[in-house]
Amino acid sequence: MFQKILTSALFAGFCAGLIAAALQFMFVQPVLLHAELYEGGDLVHFGADAVSAHPELPGFDLLRDGLSILFSALIYVGYAFILVAAMGMAAERGADINARTGLLWGLGGFIAFHFAPGFSLPPEVPGVAAADVGERQLWWWGTVAATAIALALIAFGKSPIAWVAAVVLLLTPHVIGAPHPDTLAGSVPPEIASLFASRALGVGLAVWSVLGLLAGYFWQKESAEA
Amino acid sequence: MTALVQTAAKSTVLPFAAAIILGFGIVTLAGHVQAGALHDAAHDVRHATGFPCH
Repeated sequence: MFQKILTSALFAGFCAGLIAAALQFMFVQPVLLHAELYEGGDLVHFGADAVSAHPELPGFDLLRDGLSILFSALIYVGYAFILVAAMGMAAERGADINARTGLLWGLGGFIAFHFAPGFSLPPEVPGVAAADVGERQLWWWGTVAATAIALALIAFGKSPIAWVAAVVLLLTPHVIGAPHPDTLAGSVPPEIASLFASRALGVGLAVWSVLGLLAGYFWQKESAEA
Repeated sequence: MTALVQTAAKSTVLPFAAAIILGFGIVTLAGHVQAGALHDAAHDVRHATGFPCH
């Protein structure tokens, strides 16, 4: 069983991670590099002079971007382990796992790991003001856990009590609220920060969809061969 | 009924638990641990993936 999980998760996670890296280089990295010019003080928002919205950005950096490919693959392999394990447990209880249903699992993963935390703690561009990183991480994990349990209750719960509990779990992290800074001292223009947040979420949606689809596909393939 | 019970008995939680722990370990290491070198190496991906970074 563990070998089946391992194979499905490695294949699906690695493919998804490479796609994530490609989409990030195309759509997210230019926004990040642009923001870093403000973070580092090379550009100043609301200074004496108007600043061009189209500065020259550094090109492909072998070490920096190579590490990004590596860590992107690593993170999505990690996600894939969690996703495939959850799929496998559902399969043991009679759920149909294939590429089609995998897509739904992927969307669930996106909601739990990207969208729900991002709803109150939007993906941060470098240079924005933020609260203590430990507190944000704690809130992030709590939100991910509460949302994942809520989605499982919605999908597999059989009584109205389960669905009510799910709604409570979905809302609670956002009613409590994410840690935010006391003062807003971010140096990055809002145009860049908002583009970054929506791009990061969009890439997350695309990649999680692929991850779920591939995880379902490989799981079904491995099950057929076993 | 007997068949159902047998299937349930054969299945084990262990491989799933191991996979979940492994997954959380990888995500924590790559996405959350603040040690300097690790943070720098994973910096861009952490931002792009929506993790709280620094």
